[in-house]
Amino acid sequence: MTAADSGHELVACHDCDLLHHVKPLPVGTTARCTRCGSLLAQNRRDSLDHTLAWTMASLLLFIVANSFPILSFEMGGRVQENELFSGCIELYSQGWWPLAALVFLASVLAPALRIAGLLYVLVPLKLGRPPLKLVPVFRLVEVLEPWSMLEVFMLGVIVAIIKLSALAEVVMSTGLYAFMGLIITSTAAVVVLDPELIWRRVPQQARTDASGAGGSRPPRGRQPAALAEPNA
Amino acid sequence: MSAAAGGPGAAGGAKAAHAVPLTTARAAGFVRCHACGQLARHRRLPPGSEASCPRCEAPLHLRKPNSIARTWCFLIAALIMYLPANLLPVMAVTYFGASEPDTIMSGVKVFFSSGDYAIAILVLIASVTVPMIKLLGLAYLLLSVHYRWAWRPKDRTRLYRVIEIIGRWSMLDIFMISILVALVRLDAIATIQAGAGATAFAAVVILTMFAASSFDPRLIWDSLEDVP
Repeated sequence: MTAADSGHELVACHDCDLLHHVKPLPVGTTARCTRCGSLLAQNRRDSLDHTLAWTMASLLLFIVANSFPILSFEMGGRVQENELFSGCIELYSQGWWPLAALVFLASVLAPALRIAGLLYVLVPLKLGRPPLKLVPVFRLVEVLEPWSMLEVFMLGVIVAIIKLSALAEVVMSTGLYAFMGLIITSTAAVVVLDPELIWRRVPQQARTDASGAGGSRPPRGRQPAALAEPNA
Repeated sequence: MSAAAGGPGAAGGAKAAHAVPLTTARAAGFVRCHACGQLARHRRLPPGSEASCPRCEAPLHLRKPNSIARTWCFLIAALIMYLPANLLPVMAVTYFGASEPDTIMSGVKVFFSSGDYAIAILVLIASVTVPMIKLLGLAYLLLSVHYRWAWRPKDRTRLYRVIEIIGRWSMLDIFMISILVALVRLDAIATIQAGAGATAFAAVVILTMFAASSFDPRLIWDSLEDVP
């Protein structure tokens, strides 16, 4: 796309805006900004295939983690079982709905949407054609990344178990083991994904169609800017 | 620093990226898309219209719009919520009818007194130190941009990255409370209720996350150039 005949590509640093010519990278290497050290470009081995694999594993573990209790708590002869989303329901019934919504977003909704969105984007790309609405779906996947807080939730579970250990015994159940697996697979999916590869697959003609007469847009007087030409 | 290529299998010494002799994208007449990283030519447009990315159609901006004002807004809001977050109880444990409220700090103290030092320090870092680093760090970055300090821009960029990464870990306390309220519901024996402090604390976490994402680290470097 923006690659010059020489194979160089013009890339601006995300953090300090310095312009760089980036050569095609050997597999397994990264290019970093010469001024601030931020990541400019990367070439991971089979990035999209690996992301797809980790995301499919995440989907299975997500279903298991949400179908089985994660903890059980025994006190005074009564056993209380706890699912992943029980916390949200209890917070909601106590009247703290903003808190319930936030916990739901961070522990269930954001991870679920990220898994669904990645599968929606990656499976068709694997089959050789970009999906409809690739841009909004993948942008949502990227926006939700900081809001998916599975590993922080896990730490919260550990602290809660220790806090309750003085009162009674807390037993970890099937759901929690699946949840631990989910943390590993979803983190791996983030690490191996090079988003640039997805953005490069945005179909060119879809864009012209969308801004043409037949499209449902154009929005609010936006004008597409010209692509940067390398070696300008 | 002239490093470029890294990681396993990197060709020894071969530079994968080299800077166009100290030119920023802005100085060269380019805009980097905030959403997808695409470089596009920067053009002056008639008022009322905005440029969009040629690749993903996101609105194009040279820098995040109103970055400094927005970051201050979120930061001051977070600072205001920081008081109730630390003063009000985040939860109350009712044990055989006797209710005992817990604040963030009293929760940490309980862990210290029961000898769980590792957990006590963990919670102290996540709930007290991290929000403080975020509030002070962002205020420092904003001031440094406002007064155009040229001091150690690389370290300030690194500080910004750290603030962005550690922010989410403050949610630890909120998640712990959500587990506790759901697990301890043994009507007459023991129940745990969330408190108003928890909502305020969650607000601090969210507002500082928004503050961090509104700040544009490129402003740190803009101060070094002779652009007004």
